[in-house]
Amino acid sequence: MTYDVPVAPGESGDIETTTNSGGDVWPMWEVFVRARRGISHVHIGSLHASDPEAALQNARDVYTRRGEGVSVWVVRSADVHSFEPEDAVDYIDANEKVYRLATTYEIPDEVGQM
Amino acid sequence: MTPEERFDAVVAAEDKIEPTDWMPEGYRKTLIRQIAQHAHSEIIGMQPEGNWITRAPTLHRKAILMAKVQDEAGHGLYLYAAAETLGVKRDQLQELLHQGKHKYSSIFNYPTLSWSDMGAIGWLVDGAAITNQVMLTRCSYGPYARAMVRICKEESFHQRQGYELLIRLCQGTPEQKAMAQDSLNRWWWPALMMFGPPDSESTHTEQSMTWKIKRVTNDDLRQQFVDMTVPQAEYLGLEIPDPELTWNEGRGHYDFGPIDWEEFWAVVKGNGPMNRERIEHKLKAWEDGAWVREAAAAHAIKKTARSAA
Repeated sequence: MTYDVPVAPGESGDIETTTNSGGDVWPMWEVFVRARRGISHVHIGSLHASDPEAALQNARDVYTRRGEGVSVWVVRSADVHSFEPEDAVDYIDANEKVYRLATTYEIPDEVGQM
Repeated sequence: MTPEERFDAVVAAEDKIEPTDWMPEGYRKTLIRQIAQHAHSEIIGMQPEGNWITRAPTLHRKAILMAKVQDEAGHGLYLYAAAETLGVKRDQLQELLHQGKHKYSSIFNYPTLSWSDMGAIGWLVDGAAITNQVMLTRCSYGPYARAMVRICKEESFHQRQGYELLIRLCQGTPEQKAMAQDSLNRWWWPALMMFGPPDSESTHTEQSMTWKIKRVTNDDLRQQFVDMTVPQAEYLGLEIPDPELTWNEGRGHYDFGPIDWEEFWAVVKGNGPMNRERIEHKLKAWEDGAWVREAAAAHAIKKTARSAA
């Protein structure tokens, strides 16, 4: 629960960072929770666990202690594939394709609600 | 747009920085240090309260205390996970804590001497934590801000159960009320120190404010906390141990006496009443648990091999 601890003698700010996903005794998992029936699972956080059963058990203990969900998914973080936001610009440039938006079509008032 | 210009634009627009975005090295380092320190504080923070679980006066209070300590473990977990998105390993952070190269909040280097300390910690320590953490829900780094939203919800339970515990004691026997007053006397000043050194001496504040990691300065948060807490102490009928505490009509805030920064620095440097014991206990739990971590990992490998065969 806290924060502003000033730099103390003996404290070392140096730490090696890496983008490689190995290195811990237990692999990392992403946790998705369905808050109630009728809506999708939503990413809620991550945790470390040795296998899928342990990951589900930990997810239940850590993320659903106060009735947060009716269903839990766990996915090994290493199995999540993504693309970078910079790349996304090439794929989805809505500004150049306004004809995809319903609001760009003019429907006369006489026609009524459409 | 260069990556740096993009970063500056996202921060300026009150948007969030996410793990795969480019970020200045200093931003990454500051966040790793701050989030790790925050996570370590949650984990070490289980000890002062764990000390009273077996001695809780009723089963109800015992269940509350266990739930609270379990929450602290969860908070540590969310925060380590947020730090991990910046490219560090949880095991690496554990090692730095064990070696004393990483710090945790000094408040946990004070002992819990009586049952009413469980009330004082919830009310004051978690109350100070909430003041800081509500600010951090607006932090520019997405994973940290999201972890804070979850933590703040749970922290509210921590503060309220503590205050309610003190209400019961203050409405109880004179001995119970005196015990509550003694707890307030011991925890008040260390709670004010939780916000860190005064702005005039806080070296990190300015850069952290520019990066929108921090949104409010140490002194402003401290003032917020004092203003919020004084009426709560009055309701309990307890006296805050500060003869200089007075309402300042002109400022619209409470004035309060000087903080003993010498004591603060002594505790930060490792000379608080419980520094050594906290780390020894943490290290012992880590070492005693090694076989469980290794056995579970070995079991997972065996099971995978068996299902592949």
